[in-house]
Amino acid sequence: MSKIIRVLVAKPGLDGHDRGAKVIARALRDAGMEVIYTGLRQTPEQIVAAAIQEDVDVVGMSLLSGAHNYLFPRVVELLKEQGADDILVIGGGVIPDDDIPGLKEAGIAEIFTPGTTTTEMIEFIKNNIKDN
Amino acid sequence: MEWIKKMLEGDKRACAKLITAAENNPDEAEKIIREIHTHTGHAHVIGITGPPGAGKSTLTDKVVKSLVDEGKRVGIIAVDPTSPYSGGSILGDRIRMQDLALNPNVFIRSMGTRGYLGGLSKYTKNALKILDAAGYDYIIIETVGVGQSEVDIVKIADTILMVMVPGLGDDIQSIKAGIMEIGDIFVINKSDLFGADRTATEVNMMLDLTMDMERRPPVVKVVAVKNEGIDNLIREIKSHIQYLEESGQLEKRRKNNMKLEVVELIETELRKIVISHTDKDNKLDGRVAQVYSKEKNIYEVRDEFLKAIRKDN
Repeated sequence: MSKIIRVLVAKPGLDGHDRGAKVIARALRDAGMEVIYTGLRQTPEQIVAAAIQEDVDVVGMSLLSGAHNYLFPRVVELLKEQGADDILVIGGGVIPDDDIPGLKEAGIAEIFTPGTTTTEMIEFIKNNIKDN
Repeated sequence: MEWIKKMLEGDKRACAKLITAAENNPDEAEKIIREIHTHTGHAHVIGITGPPGAGKSTLTDKVVKSLVDEGKRVGIIAVDPTSPYSGGSILGDRIRMQDLALNPNVFIRSMGTRGYLGGLSKYTKNALKILDAAGYDYIIIETVGVGQSEVDIVKIADTILMVMVPGLGDDIQSIKAGIMEIGDIFVINKSDLFGADRTATEVNMMLDLTMDMERRPPVVKVVAVKNEGIDNLIREIKSHIQYLEESGQLEKRRKNNMKLEVVELIETELRKIVISHTDKDNKLDGRVAQVYSKEKNIYEVRDEFLKAIRKDN
């Protein structure tokens, strides 16, 4: 039996716009993945606790408030502290191009900005999750 | 296994890893369950079931908070449906349990049904055993939103909360067979809505019609989002636990469920043997052709297969 990919779709930060996150969740569901959606305004600590208990392969964060430079790396850092740095972390939202290299350096595997198709994202997940 | 040792020491990540293994691979599941068996049987298992939108997740959140406040450790397994088309699912029960995510004494796991129809996933039982071995005092299992006949929760829970809401149907709904028969406690949620008293009355009347009940289930009105009536519900849960223990029903129920489980395991293995026989050299196709042409009837074919199987085993 092949393993079903589990993804945590998370909304860190204080913006209340989760339409994008829900579209992504739906697309991943239709691609045969189990998507755990935790709702709005999650702290990095809450996201990491959920990721560990749910034993997900991927954490996907959507953020539109501008706080990505703090919140995204913080999640990566906390995962590492818990020994769970095998989890693939990706992000999306309105992220300025200039911020992307820094985020990747901090351990976010990919940033998906407006215009990305859901197919591209699904392919990226399938090609980059770690076998464990 | 390294993870098992860590899980028994209370490590949440180990617990999560083992549940994944037991969910994806039956052989792994067997290995784990064999090893942890002696550590299980301590947790009290509460099943929360009811129709979609009745407030099962919100109620779970409130019940768990109350138990955690008493110093208990609580594991939660929340089941949501898997798409029959893509095999994917959206597991959203955690949305109602945000405050619990960081509590060191709480572990929440979401599961998709993965094609299983009884209101649970085929692997819920395995996850339950792992959480039990990990030392949680209570394990709450929230089923998918059920219709009328998804009653598998009775095979694994000690205490079943049947969550209902006002306005879902007339009183004939409550005398039908199926899910209405499995509740140990009936919870009328959203009881600040119009019609709640009537729903409670109808359920009470239905319960009064049953003659041979050892213990008449109580009907508890709550408003889960406002945390109203939860204290009363917790009292009823405790009273049910006490009844189960004092009457010997707890042991009886659990033994009954173990019987079912053992028979199920045997059936699974027997099925493999049957398939290996029927599939060999397309034997089944040949026999079916004879049935189709009226050369043989289905019972003759059955007996031939049984004879061959008995000879080989």
